[in-house]
Amino acid sequence: MKALLRRDLLLAMRAGGGFGLGLAFFLIVTVLVPFGVGPQSELLSRIAPGILWIGALLACLLSLDRLLALDWEDGTLDLLATSPLPLEAALSIKALAHWITTGLPLVLAAPVFGVLLSLPDAGYVWLVISLALGTPALSVIGTFGAALTVGVKRGGLLMSLLVLPLYVPTLIFGAEVARRGAEGMQTTTPLLMLAGITAGVIAIMPFASAAALRVNLR
Amino acid sequence: MSMTDETSIPKRPSGFWSYANPVKFLGFSERVLPALWWLSGICLGVGLIWGFFFTPDDFRQGSTVKIIYLHVPSALMAINAWFMMLVASLIWIVRRHHVSALAAKAAAPVGVVMTLIALFTGAVWGQPMWGTWWAWDPRLTSFLILFLFYLGYMALWAAIDDPDTAADLTSVLCLVGSVFAVLSRYAVNFWNQGLHQGASLSLDKEENVADVFYFPLLVCIAGFVLIFLALVLYRTGTEIRLRRTRALQAREARV
Repeated sequence: MKALLRRDLLLAMRAGGGFGLGLAFFLIVTVLVPFGVGPQSELLSRIAPGILWIGALLACLLSLDRLLALDWEDGTLDLLATSPLPLEAALSIKALAHWITTGLPLVLAAPVFGVLLSLPDAGYVWLVISLALGTPALSVIGTFGAALTVGVKRGGLLMSLLVLPLYVPTLIFGAEVARRGAEGMQTTTPLLMLAGITAGVIAIMPFASAAALRVNLR
Repeated sequence: MSMTDETSIPKRPSGFWSYANPVKFLGFSERVLPALWWLSGICLGVGLIWGFFFTPDDFRQGSTVKIIYLHVPSALMAINAWFMMLVASLIWIVRRHHVSALAAKAAAPVGVVMTLIALFTGAVWGQPMWGTWWAWDPRLTSFLILFLFYLGYMALWAAIDDPDTAADLTSVLCLVGSVFAVLSRYAVNFWNQGLHQGASLSLDKEENVADVFYFPLLVCIAGFVLIFLALVLYRTGTEIRLRRTRALQAREARV
């Protein structure tokens, strides 16, 4: 398991753009929003939590089609499926690697992008907390989408259509934590719901992903 | 041990499961379909004409109240169609009956149309009543999300060439999607308090609409259920024949 994690991380870093691409995409979204809605800082600070969450979600989505597709093409997935390691575990590791290469950098960089969107001072802590709790769910759900569409040629658009509706609950509670935090309100309820969704998804989704991948490998 | 007795003798399935045989299913649906078409036509005709022309206008809503005869049944069927797809997918995963997978596939476009009718009639009603075509109300939003789930499900069917793989993957998607659809429903409830009124119908009769509207509405709902059944049976039959044609063509090509 450790070897698989190490391999995935190394591949992501050396094949170029693992850490960088997602972050750069996140930055571009953040820069484009003021062009779209205007530079008034009071408007920006109101929508900042939501924009940052949507940016994180899209950046996460963008890197999903590389999650399994390359391993599918060169046959690594077949090897993984026949190895003693259960496919569920292998996919969990892959989701973890995806989170380390895209989710974690987004969590760490989010405060900087918050400055660009004049996020209120109280919001920074909650933004980081909500992203840290929510992005693992995005990676795990995304792995399911990748496993479903891995056999489809040019499945990127299809995968977005499948995965984005599944992101709705995570996005709602995550953005709600960040928004309430920024406005200085109680965040306990959405925070607990977000944590619950992440925990549940981590526990259950690898089984669904592995089932889908087994069908595709048949 | 009655269990071992039953499993040791391979016997032909009887009752409900025997319709997993495509030939038997087709025979059954051909016998039932004409009756279903007629019944649904009669129910819809009676319900809609009764509802539109022979019920009084509501004292606050005026004649716009009559959109209820399309809105409520279609919304009901939009959810039930997904539920039917869920059950059919489960049957496919557990018992591997092809008819079941094809029925789930056949139900999706019907469900999507029901969702669209519900959304559209809701918008038409909302414009004069709430003063807006669309609001990010929990019910409206979750219906839009349900619509997206339908689109994703149908897109996945269309994207995969091998029919068995497609059936497997869409079944898994349907199961996972159901969980997330319910989750989204509650998440959306939490996210925004709504404009939409409470249920117009319930079995325990505590918050029902008035009787003058209630009975034609029931007839309309029956009509929608029947036409849904008829459409799904008809489309499933088409899918079975389509697959049989493909198999014959493949055999021809080989010779």
